[in-house]
Amino acid sequence: MEHQHDIRFLLNGREHSVKDVKATTTLLDFLRLEQRLTGTKEGCAEGDCGACTVLVGRLHNSALRYEAVNACIRFLASLNGCHVVTVEHLSGPNGRLHPVQQAMVEYHGSQCGFCTPGFVMSLYALWMENPQPTEAQVETAVQGNLCRCTGYEPIVKAALAVNQYGTPANDYLTTERNSLTAKLKAIQPETRVVTGPEDDRAILPLDAADLADVLAENPKATIVAGSTDVGLWVTKFMKPISPVVFVAHLEELKAVELTDEALIIGAGVTYTESEDAIRDAFPHLGDYWDRIAGWQVRNMGTIGGNIANGSPIGDTPPVLISLGAEVTLQKKGGSRTLPLEDFFIDYGKQDREPGDFVASIRIPLRRDGQIDAAYKISKRRDEDISSVAAGVSVTVADGVITSARIAFGGMAATPKRAAGAEAALVGQPWGEAAFDAAAEAVKQDFTPLSDWRASAEYRALSASNLLRRFYLENEGGTAGAVRLAVA
Amino acid sequence: MKDHQTISGAVHHDRQHDSAIKHVTGRAEYTDDIAEPYGTLHAYLGVSTVAHANIKGIDLTAVRIAPGVVDVLTADDVPGVNDISPTGKHDEPVFPTEKVEFHGQPMFAVIAETRDAARRAAELAQVDYEVLPHALDPVQAQKAGYPMVTDPLKLERGDVEAGRKDAPHRIQAQMTVGGQDHMYLEGHIAFAIPGEDEDVTVHCSTQHPSEAQHMVAHVLGVANNAVTVNVRRMGGGFGGKESQMNLFCAVAAIAAKKHNRPVKIRPDRDQDMTATGKRHDFVIDYDVAFDDEGRIQAVEGGFAARCGYSSDLSGPVTDRALFHADNAYFYPNVLLKSRPMKTNTVSNTAFRGFGGPQGVVAAERMIEEIAYALGKDPLDVRKANFYGEEGRDLTPYHQKVEDNILDRLIGELEENAEYRKRREEIIAFNKESKIIKKGIALTPVKFGISFTATWYNQAGSLIHVYNDGSIHLNHGGTEMGQGLNTKVAQVVADAFQVDFERIKITKTTTEKVPNTSATAASSGSDLNGMAALDAAEQIIARLTKFAAEKYEVTEAEVEFLPNRVRVGGEVIPFDTLVKEAYMARVHLSAAGFYKTPEIHWDRAAGKGQPFFYYAYGASCSEVSVDTLTGEYRVERTDILHDVGRSLNPILDKGQVEGAFIQGMGWLTTEELWWDGEGRLRTHAPSTYKIPLASDRPRIFNTQLAEWSVNKKRTIKRSKAVGEPPFMLGISVFEALSMAVASTADYTVCPRLDAPATPERVLMAIETLKGQG
Repeated sequence: MEHQHDIRFLLNGREHSVKDVKATTTLLDFLRLEQRLTGTKEGCAEGDCGACTVLVGRLHNSALRYEAVNACIRFLASLNGCHVVTVEHLSGPNGRLHPVQQAMVEYHGSQCGFCTPGFVMSLYALWMENPQPTEAQVETAVQGNLCRCTGYEPIVKAALAVNQYGTPANDYLTTERNSLTAKLKAIQPETRVVTGPEDDRAILPLDAADLADVLAENPKATIVAGSTDVGLWVTKFMKPISPVVFVAHLEELKAVELTDEALIIGAGVTYTESEDAIRDAFPHLGDYWDRIAGWQVRNMGTIGGNIANGSPIGDTPPVLISLGAEVTLQKKGGSRTLPLEDFFIDYGKQDREPGDFVASIRIPLRRDGQIDAAYKISKRRDEDISSVAAGVSVTVADGVITSARIAFGGMAATPKRAAGAEAALVGQPWGEAAFDAAAEAVKQDFTPLSDWRASAEYRALSASNLLRRFYLENEGGTAGAVRLAVA
Repeated sequence: MKDHQTISGAVHHDRQHDSAIKHVTGRAEYTDDIAEPYGTLHAYLGVSTVAHANIKGIDLTAVRIAPGVVDVLTADDVPGVNDISPTGKHDEPVFPTEKVEFHGQPMFAVIAETRDAARRAAELAQVDYEVLPHALDPVQAQKAGYPMVTDPLKLERGDVEAGRKDAPHRIQAQMTVGGQDHMYLEGHIAFAIPGEDEDVTVHCSTQHPSEAQHMVAHVLGVANNAVTVNVRRMGGGFGGKESQMNLFCAVAAIAAKKHNRPVKIRPDRDQDMTATGKRHDFVIDYDVAFDDEGRIQAVEGGFAARCGYSSDLSGPVTDRALFHADNAYFYPNVLLKSRPMKTNTVSNTAFRGFGGPQGVVAAERMIEEIAYALGKDPLDVRKANFYGEEGRDLTPYHQKVEDNILDRLIGELEENAEYRKRREEIIAFNKESKIIKKGIALTPVKFGISFTATWYNQAGSLIHVYNDGSIHLNHGGTEMGQGLNTKVAQVVADAFQVDFERIKITKTTTEKVPNTSATAASSGSDLNGMAALDAAEQIIARLTKFAAEKYEVTEAEVEFLPNRVRVGGEVIPFDTLVKEAYMARVHLSAAGFYKTPEIHWDRAAGKGQPFFYYAYGASCSEVSVDTLTGEYRVERTDILHDVGRSLNPILDKGQVEGAFIQGMGWLTTEELWWDGEGRLRTHAPSTYKIPLASDRPRIFNTQLAEWSVNKKRTIKRSKAVGEPPFMLGISVFEALSMAVASTADYTVCPRLDAPATPERVLMAIETLKGQG
């Protein structure tokens, strides 16, 4: 079958078909430079400030779902079959302000105004999903939006008041949902999409089998799911990444399956899509999940990408390793499964052969007596990269620690288990002595680096103290609160 | 004329930002949003990859042949003077010729058909460096014998030696206070369009269009009148666009004239952060002597600053650190010295507070030291040292503090925030809670208003009344989000007694108002509001005279009512009077002017009255600290701030809240980190962490001191608001310090440097172990 060579999508009210889309053309550049939709701003080009926030609507399990994303690190080619909504599309044709815009004006939520369109879009996404949010929910929704002028107070107040100015039921994206869905269905690809010049080629496989074929044909291709990291290779480092294989649209990689033994998450499942299942199966990961990047990045980024990327400071590997997760790698003609910790060989080196792609992650469900914790230490609480991240899973039977899996991020060249600390616990009675020993042992487990996020001394000390925290918050004593309250 | 009783947008009333609707719809135009004429070229800077070196050679061959490249500009392409130093010191070239002096220093600019092409090509230069040793901070620099970038300042009053001799207590210590990146959401940008003859027009994001104009003329070697600089609005400034735009404006203008094509330059965020200056870091040595009651007897302070490789604004910035090293406190004997050190880092610049906050931090630290040494509540030590009556009212620069309202302000905040009760509760809580510790602090701010460069305290405006009664307003100030245009338009609406909507706010341009000062030093509405009022009053006087003559009444019988004018017994619409005046050939345009009275400053003597008045404020913050990790959160902040009679309370409140959060960020999570090679590694929001919505205090109460009226005749008796509330963030820092101190039973003043990152907090706790 002949491949499709253009990228088809809806932009605000219009259908677009763009030919010869380079793999590395960002949505932001397309909007600003080619469409002159200049309401969407570039603040950082790395997905950390939110000034470029737009909504992307996509069909997921046949339903149309809109999410706030960073246009600066989102590649245009990945938007085939999607609906992009920018700030220009919010106010009605008569110039009437959208409820979100009205609230921002009434509550004086803008000063210099440069971050404002991005905030408006994040709050729009929040209001559609949750028209009467709590203050904490507002803060979570704008984790990925920086404002340097207002101190956020009026923006949060505006967010809490949006529903006074209109309800989502009357919003364009609700009233037009059926016709938009039909329009998107009509532009879903029926073949592989191949576009862009030879040296900047974008490939969108039709399905998982086609992905295996594409990777067999292009074993050195860059696989891109959420582009929350690869986006920066392009915008920050101007690194050539051709050919690029986009996978975020592949439904087969988006399965979330709960069996009697495990939660199995497809590699293409975003943090946001996995959130409910993760929270249900592993309640200790609930708050932790909210601290992974900002909302826009969680809407794009995938757990598979976080793993495949191999970073020593990714947020998910330590907590998944401690839970005993396994990763399944697939390629044309076969698949293999290995413990997640074995996937990380060394800095920048993973156990991934040419043609392999990460297909899924299997996390065994908690057993009786298992106590879990997930910790992240960063300079700023939200939307920051961890100085130290830790997953701790300890099983206690009859007062004795029968197993301990403790994994750290930020402490070594890879996400890594703390062998000495684990050994100090296993076989010991649950108690302060065992954890004091583990807290000492963990200092020998790692030789962390000093960098701009934290010094080696701080990393070592706080890693050690996290094991003390684990004990204190599970021993039920009277020392008072052990952790800062969240909301 | 919907309401005959009042006008819309009256002064002293809340009025939304004039661009609010454009902001939320994305229709507010920033420089990068201006439609580019056909043929626009793009520039990008190539930068040094070492911190200090002699340039033995630059091979630009690969750059020149890269796809899309049209030209590469080096120092040789500067037709005028290769210098953009804002104070005329000639220590800051557009492009260096012999030496690079910091990692990331611009060395050349690529001009290409697209920004992407220019950016890619800029990486391809081959530079032959003879690497020299470098010094990154003021301590290293001093050891290496580096010079100061500008003359230091000394402020002296009384006899420090004698004061110390009589005092029973003395503390000598050192504190490091970090710098801060502006992190305006809109980065630097300049867009130059060539004109005929020597003319060039530059659209850019700057707080100081006149300086950009003069600097472009200087590098082009043309008269100032050939250069026009336009600024509609900035996406944030905070001081970062007071002198730092010079480079970008110069490069765009040189390229535009050379190629006779429009040229735009916009660095990416990383280059913006590495190639442009920031708030100065300081290493502060203090030596304070005090009595048993905690009353200060003598203060000696040394303020060494990381100025970077050139002077830029480091002279006045380090001066202002000394001007505010007293904060709100009377020092009977005092000796303060600045050391503006040259370092191999980007040249530091203006940032909200302009050195003042660093001085205030030192003053507050000394108060805390005294409190811990004597076992007192720091608030009592603060009160014991406030400026007071005759004999206790002289600053270290010999200006009398005559408008002090701190007793009332602090008293009200102390009561409203229930400071004493909460402090007791916190001390009790800390006794019980093993891991989580709390702290509370109530800190004051007194901030001097006026440029210390006296000649900067002038402003101009231009008002046209068109014959349909619509009004065109222009002034020399720039809009960076603070709502200056809104406030000035309110002043004009009030003067004419017309609805706000009748006034058209226009871009700042050097064509309409010349020789303006930077919109800085919190002076925007003080200066430009007065200048606009002057212009409005001139036109009103002409209209009054005309109406009196035409209707044969006295001028006293002409009164401007909301949207209409009473002339004797008759009331006529404003429009009608304007139309009649036009037909009678009355001049309906006026240029206004204002200069701040009373101020003078003799820098050599360290004496004078550099400030027209002071603005005051105070904040009370409570924090919780996790003593296992150093993580913290701000539980509650109460603010009471003085803006005199506010021109626009809601905008002023926005300034206060925003400044507090920015000040808190400076002292908590915002850390600049250079590696050993002199590379700034925190150079984008991924690595440099400004506060988020979730970092706001969990309870956040901000109030303006509504009873305050400026004693001086400022515009409508208001006070400046841009900078003073920035220092309200210090209460968070001192509250963190108290939580740390609780781990040693408050007997030792923690050694806590700024920013107090979770790491610094934890390490300060570790240091206290075994003490107290």
